[in-house]
Amino acid sequence: MADLKIRNLKKVFDDVEIIKGIDLDVRDREFVVFVGPSGCGKSTLLRLIAGLEEVSSGQIELDGRDITDVSPAKRDLAMVFQTYALYPHMSVRRNMSFALELAKADKNEVARKVSEAARILELEPLLDRKPRQLSGGQRQRVAIGRAIVRNPKVFLFDEPLSNLDAALRVQMRLELARLHKELNATMIYVTHDQVEAMTLADKVVVLNGGRIEQVGSPMELYHSPANLFVAGFLGTPKMGFLRGRIASVGAQGCEVELDAGCRLSLPLQAAGLTSGSDVTLGIRPEHLHRSSDERCHLKVKTDVGERLGSDTYCHVRTRSGESLTMRVRGDFTPRYGQELDLTLESDHCHLFDSQGQAIGQPLQQQVA
Amino acid sequence: MLTLKQSRRLNTLLVGGVSWIVALLLFFPIFWMVLTSFKTEIDAFATPPQLFFTPTLENYLHIQDRSGYFRFAWNSVVISFGATALGMLFAIPAAYSMAFFETKRTKGTLLWMLSTKMLPPVGVLVPIYLLAKQFGLLDTRTVLVIIYTLINLPIMVWMIYTYFRDIPRDILEAARMDGATTLQEMVKVLLPISKGGLASTMLLSLILCWNEAFWSLNLTSANAAPLTALIASYSSPEGLFWAKLSAVSTLACAPILIFGWISQKQLVRGLSFGAVK
Repeated sequence: MADLKIRNLKKVFDDVEIIKGIDLDVRDREFVVFVGPSGCGKSTLLRLIAGLEEVSSGQIELDGRDITDVSPAKRDLAMVFQTYALYPHMSVRRNMSFALELAKADKNEVARKVSEAARILELEPLLDRKPRQLSGGQRQRVAIGRAIVRNPKVFLFDEPLSNLDAALRVQMRLELARLHKELNATMIYVTHDQVEAMTLADKVVVLNGGRIEQVGSPMELYHSPANLFVAGFLGTPKMGFLRGRIASVGAQGCEVELDAGCRLSLPLQAAGLTSGSDVTLGIRPEHLHRSSDERCHLKVKTDVGERLGSDTYCHVRTRSGESLTMRVRGDFTPRYGQELDLTLESDHCHLFDSQGQAIGQPLQQQVA
Repeated sequence: MLTLKQSRRLNTLLVGGVSWIVALLLFFPIFWMVLTSFKTEIDAFATPPQLFFTPTLENYLHIQDRSGYFRFAWNSVVISFGATALGMLFAIPAAYSMAFFETKRTKGTLLWMLSTKMLPPVGVLVPIYLLAKQFGLLDTRTVLVIIYTLINLPIMVWMIYTYFRDIPRDILEAARMDGATTLQEMVKVLLPISKGGLASTMLLSLILCWNEAFWSLNLTSANAAPLTALIASYSSPEGLFWAKLSAVSTLACAPILIFGWISQKQLVRGLSFGAVK
C-alpha cells in the first residue's frame, strides 16, 4: 500500500513563499505527474515529499504515518534525479546495492535484488562498469535500478528525461510507463514537458506560482480546463484565445459577441453571468475549420504555416489582432496573408470569466 | 605573407622558445646549487666560476659527521605529515559545511580565514613564543605541528571548498536518500569522489610545511629542528662555506623535489584551484 496525503503544505525560502499551501492525495499504484512552468514549485514540492527540504508548515502522511519530519532514508521513498546522481566511483552493481549495504541487508538478498532489477532494466551486461562508461540512457536506467532495489512505497522522479536527447526521451518514456505497470508501483513524476505529463499520468497536477491550478486525469484537464492557465498550458499547439462579452443569456446557453467580429451561441450554462460581462473564449486548433456555412464566420488572415506532413498548423490572425492556431490537413498550403473564413465548433469552445475561471465547466476538483 | 599554417608554426616556436628560457632561468639556481655541492671549497670560490671540475663527496660526508642529517630529516617528515594530517582533519568538515550548507556568511568567513594569511608572522612571534614556553612546548615537534596546521588551514579549507563545490549536490542527496549518515556520506561518497583534490591539497600542505623556516628557527633549537633549521645552521659567523651550504641545501630540498616531481600532475591541478579539469 502507498497512500500519500499532503495537507496545507507550505515552504518559505528567505521570506519568499515558494509553496503556498498544497493539498493533494496520491493513491496506491497511481502515476501522478506534477507539471508546470519553471519556477512553479514542482521540484520543491517533490523535494519536500522526499525530505530533502524542510517543511515550513503543513503535513505529509504516508499510509497514515506522519512523515513530515522523518529523515529522507526512513520515509520509504526512492528518488531518481534529473542528473542521475550516480556515484561515479562505484560500479553499476554497487550503485544499485549501496542503499541495501547501508541498511546492512543480507548479502544474498542484496545480490538477488540487484540481479532482479538488472533483469527488468536490461542492465545485466553493464553491472561491472563505472557510470562514466555508460550512455545517458543507460545511466538513467541505473538510476531507476537504484530506486527499484529499495522496493520503496513511492518512486519520486525529478525531471528524469530532460537530460536525454529527443529520440531517447520518447523511448524512455515508454519504458517508464511499462515499468509502472510491471512494478505495480506508486510514482510521482515532475516534469515541465506537458507531453510527458499527458502520456504518462493517471493523474496530472498542474502547478503555477506555488499553487495547484487543477488536478485530474489528462483527458479531464485537456477537455475541461478549470482556468485560463491550465487551458493555455496543456496541448500543443496551444489553445487559442479570443476576447469578447456575453450578448445574451438563455435557457439553452448563451450568446457571445467576439471582438474579432462575430457572434456565437454556446451550449453552456453560464450561472451568475449577465449580459455585457467580459469573457475569454478558448478554442483548440483541432476545433477550428475553414468553412463557408451559415455559422460564425471568423474572418482571419493567415500568418505562417507549419507543415508536419500529416497535419499543417496554420497560424492565423483575427481582425482584432488575436492569433489562433488551426489544424488542417497536411496537403493544405496556406499562402501568407491569405484571407480565410473560419468556423468554430461551438461544442468544443471553452469560456472563461474575467478572473480566468472556466464557466459552465466542472471547476477544479477539490481534494476532500 | 605567411600562410595560416606557417604563422601557427611560428607561434608555436616562439611560445616554446620563451617557455624554455623561463624554465632554464628558474632551474639554473638549483642546478648551480647541486653543482657547487660537489666542489671543494676552493673550487666553489674560484673566479671565473668553474663548470668542469673534479667532483667530491667530502661536503656530504662532512654534514653527516657534523650534524646527523637523518635526525633533521626525520623531524621534517614527522612535522610535515603530522601537520598535514591534522589540517585535513579540520579542513574537510569545514569545507563540507561551507560547500554544501552555504549561508549568507560563508563567503565572508572564507575571505576572513584567508586574510589571516596576510598577517606578518613576526607580528605574533612574541605571544606565540611565550605561549609555547608556558606550555613547555619549546623545541618540540608538537609545537611546530600545531603552528603549521594553523597557518596552512585557511589555504586547505579554501582549496577543498573549491573542489567540493564542483561536486553535484544531487549525488550527496542521493546518498542521503539511500540512508547514509553524514559521516557515511563523507567517507563513502564525498571523499572517494574528491580524492584528486584532496591529494593535491595534502601535497601543497606538505610542501609548505617542509619549506617553512620562520617558525622552525624561532621555536626549535636542537631536538625538534627540521631541515630548514639545519640549512640555517650552516650560514655561520666564521664565514660562508659555499660548498657545504650547497650540499646541505641540496639534501634539504631533495626529498620534497623528488616528491614534487613524482606528483607533478596532481600539484598543477591543485595549484590552479580546480580551474584545470
